[in-house]
Amino acid sequence: MSAPVLEARKVTMQFGGLKALSEFELVIEPRELVGLIGPNGAGKTTAFNAITGVYPPSSGDVILSGERVNGQRPHQICGKGIARTFQNIRLFKQLSAIDNVRIACHQRAQAGFAAAVLRSGGFLADEERITRRAEEFLQVMGLAHRRDEQARNLPYGEQRRLEIARALATGPKLLCLDEPAAGMNASEKVSLMELVRKIRDDFGLAILIIEHDMRVVMGISERLVVLDHGVTIAKGSPEVVRKDPKVIEAYLGDSYLEEKHIAVPVGGGK
Amino acid sequence: MKPLIALRSVAPLLLTGILVALVQGSLPDYWYFVLVVAGINIILAVSLNIVNGFTGQFSIGHAGFMAVGAYTAAKIVMSTRGLVSTGAGEQLVFLGALAAGMVTAAIAGFLVGMPSLRLRGDYLAIVTLGFNEIIRVIIENSEFLGQATGISGLPKLTTLAYVGMAAAITVMVAVRLLQSTHGRALLAIREDEVAAEAMGVDTTGYKVRAFVIAAALAGLAGGLLVFYLQLCTPKSFTFIKSIEVVAMIVLGGLGSVSGAFLTAAVLTILLETLRGFSEYRMVVYSLLLIFFMLGRPAGLFGTREIWDLLPRWRRKAAAGGAP
Repeated sequence: MSAPVLEARKVTMQFGGLKALSEFELVIEPRELVGLIGPNGAGKTTAFNAITGVYPPSSGDVILSGERVNGQRPHQICGKGIARTFQNIRLFKQLSAIDNVRIACHQRAQAGFAAAVLRSGGFLADEERITRRAEEFLQVMGLAHRRDEQARNLPYGEQRRLEIARALATGPKLLCLDEPAAGMNASEKVSLMELVRKIRDDFGLAILIIEHDMRVVMGISERLVVLDHGVTIAKGSPEVVRKDPKVIEAYLGDSYLEEKHIAVPVGGGK
Repeated sequence: MKPLIALRSVAPLLLTGILVALVQGSLPDYWYFVLVVAGINIILAVSLNIVNGFTGQFSIGHAGFMAVGAYTAAKIVMSTRGLVSTGAGEQLVFLGALAAGMVTAAIAGFLVGMPSLRLRGDYLAIVTLGFNEIIRVIIENSEFLGQATGISGLPKLTTLAYVGMAAAITVMVAVRLLQSTHGRALLAIREDEVAAEAMGVDTTGYKVRAFVIAAALAGLAGGLLVFYLQLCTPKSFTFIKSIEVVAMIVLGGLGSVSGAFLTAAVLTILLETLRGFSEYRMVVYSLLLIFFMLGRPAGLFGTREIWDLLPRWRRKAAAGGAP
């Protein structure tokens, strides 16, 4: 098997006295679809930020296809093959859909400033390539008809899809989706998850997906990692994780377990 | 392909140059002067717009970069006086001096930009304002730069044709930048810096580049101005001048090249014709700003261009053509 796309080794994020993430371990193989779940405030987005370089981890290593990347800036990490979406949509609101995606193709441009100002042949060819590539991704995400529409004018679901198109256009090996289904109703969530699976199959990339609604990811994830208060409390296949009492406790609280007469193991053996 | 590139880039310049050269002989002195000032203000507004409008940073020290360019050019020309006797030689020295002014202004832009672009919004504004004042104070206390009286007796080398071509270069740089992947990277920074960074845009690098380009063009404008006035004094580069340029781009619509161009031209001409009331200049600016902020906070064009508003041109642009 080839090297894992991502390896997080004992990644810890400390904000003052708060350990938002402690000794986070994660290995993602190529083409794997991994779910990162946990209740609100569990540290899921913090884990994302540590991986994508928004905050450099306080300790531990982030290794991308065999290369240690912690301390690098997000755009450098993006260039190495990680793309992400944001929990609260962060599109370039005043720009058109196509421009949003074209910006993500930016790293592929070879022509420099001078070439752009002189409109050299190389520059025009570059622009042409970028535009075609961006159009392809709009097409894939079913947004071709919105090409010239300002991002802020798109309906919510389409904004989410545009964000995924934009992330895909950077050409990632690992796509990180931060609660892509947030704010969607049940049927929208199902069709989005179908789309996520299809993206994985069509583009052959690994996907890490954050979701706090467990049922949504259960269906498509091969593996789940469960966080609570920054600590990894469970790992494994959805079937195993679903039955893990610690997970149930984290999600539903002690009272639920007592009500249902499920014994909470003391000391927390898995 | 190569000759085509040359044509695409040089034709607009030559055209402007020839056009202005034809017109400038027949202009009355007064209008010649107004148009020179308007052209210089166009360079300033369009270049500052690259930083404030495209990239969304707030710089209010543009006159500082003007001063750096102006003093560099003035010093070079004055120190080579007597060495060149022919008119053509003098012109060549002048053009070289303008270029040198652009370079020093660009270096100043880089030096100010590097540390201060970690700051945002108000903080960046204060740093650039501080830079403007520092430059002024240095000049006023430097024997070498002529202190408060400045450098006088400069030859009148700036012609309307030069100003026109410089303005054409500036507009061309801004428009072509805007329609390129680099321009989109700048816009992305304005729209959402975190997302831009996550999508692979080197935000610090691009902010510095925007700053350097704008500074170089401001340096060019400064050089042209002093060789028209034949006088280089710190009074031309106070922060009032910086504010004037900011007012122009805010009124025109931050991010709109045509907006900056139009307001710079219109405001200059308007204020020159109202010269009798020159004490009320700033009052006019303030009132205009207040009315615009109340009635049309996005400025004349917002982030759009004049050709976005004309349906026929828009279709042509959408078909992938460059103007």
